[in-house]
Amino acid sequence: MAAFLGLFRRDLSLALRQGGDTGLVIGFFVLAVVLFPFGVGPEPEVLQRIGPGIIWVAALLAALLSLDRLFEADYRDGELDLLALSSLPLELAVLAKCAAHWVATGLPLTLTSPLLALLVDLDPGSIAILFASLLVGTPALSLIGSVAAALSLGARRQGVVLSLLVLPLYIPSLIFGAGAVEASGTGSGARAYMLILCAVTLAALAFCPWASAAALRQALE
Amino acid sequence: MINWLANPARFMRLSARAVPWCGWTAAVVLAIGLFWALVVAPPDYQQGDTVRIMYVHVPAAWMALSVYLFVAVASAVALVWRHPLAEVAGRAAAPVGAAFTFVCLATGSLWGRPMWGAWWVWDARLTSVLILFFLYLGYIALVNAFDDPSRGGRAGAVLALVGVVNLPIIKFSVDWWNTLHQPASVMRVGGPRIAVSMLAPLLIMAFGFALLFAVLLMLRMRTALNERKAMALRLNSGIAAAPRPERAQTVSAHTAVP
Repeated sequence: MAAFLGLFRRDLSLALRQGGDTGLVIGFFVLAVVLFPFGVGPEPEVLQRIGPGIIWVAALLAALLSLDRLFEADYRDGELDLLALSSLPLELAVLAKCAAHWVATGLPLTLTSPLLALLVDLDPGSIAILFASLLVGTPALSLIGSVAAALSLGARRQGVVLSLLVLPLYIPSLIFGAGAVEASGTGSGARAYMLILCAVTLAALAFCPWASAAALRQALE
Repeated sequence: MINWLANPARFMRLSARAVPWCGWTAAVVLAIGLFWALVVAPPDYQQGDTVRIMYVHVPAAWMALSVYLFVAVASAVALVWRHPLAEVAGRAAAPVGAAFTFVCLATGSLWGRPMWGAWWVWDARLTSVLILFFLYLGYIALVNAFDDPSRGGRAGAVLALVGVVNLPIIKFSVDWWNTLHQPASVMRVGGPRIAVSMLAPLLIMAFGFALLFAVLLMLRMRTALNERKAMALRLNSGIAAAPRPERAQTVSAHTAVP
């Protein structure tokens, strides 16, 4: 447990201090959302209608941007080999790194989302649902992304391969995350969507650390 | 059995004999199936002649799923037993499966235009098959993304296993969600719900598609094994010891005259 917390704290402080990863991700997120009113026009009805989807898609892309950093630096300087040899199971090490990645990207994205929701003119109820859906949905993005990041370690054109691998796997989170906000807007209730979104995240939590650890092991061979 | 199959030389001998047999059978079965489906089989009372698209669409969809399952099983065998042929098989099958998936999506789209009035609808069945297509593309991209081919094979194997979660979603999407795509009418509890005059050509087409896959798979595996052998010979003779395969090939095209 101490090793788990230590790894989590180390990754988190690296992410927060080094190179301003969090700032870049938030900057990208805000800019991507702000681009849409220029593209589709500033009519509030249109923005209200497509706003939740835009914010969710932008959050996916922003999370994707930071994924190649998840294992890359540790893979290059040999830290990953040490982790694989340490007494901490590699699955738990992956989980610690995913948790740190989520606190450094998913959580700030969630905290920024109400601000962006105001820009696309969502009502307070929808903003609350959007916030909740991102809060339970973004951990799945870090976890699923860790599998793709581990698989594409050392690949040529890693970024392109990574996005090709990870975006199809993100589709369920996107459907139910954006669907929850839309359902609450139309009055049919977001409960079912939120429950499925939680299920996706929990399934990812149970399954992805194993897959990532398997992928890391074969990358280190 | 698994060990017996693990010998590439034995595979080459067996497949050299099997390919012409399978190939001609596939050609004959597909010819019969197409003639039956396009000329003999009756038009549907509602859909008219458009129903004939189904004789290509449905077998292609079945193959799209089965080939992915094949890739996943081959990947599992390759990961667990380090089976040399299983890795080659998974890698060789993926582009064929992607082609079947594309045929399925394209014919479905052609059928959807006159029947539903739209080339594409965002329905659960269609979307999940589209995701399957992207999974195939991701697998192919990942397998070819590494300088060391065996590393690509292993990474692809893990990805193929992760992607298996999509298969039950595709199969049951028509039951779980209220979709525009019709529910299963052949493989269902209580027997097929389709007239024999249409079921027979459909099954023949499906058999032909399966044979076609077997032939293409064997041909691609033979090519991959021959390529590997050629690469090993080239590296051993020291003509082109370039680290990257594509560079090795371009060098050999100019200089490697035995």
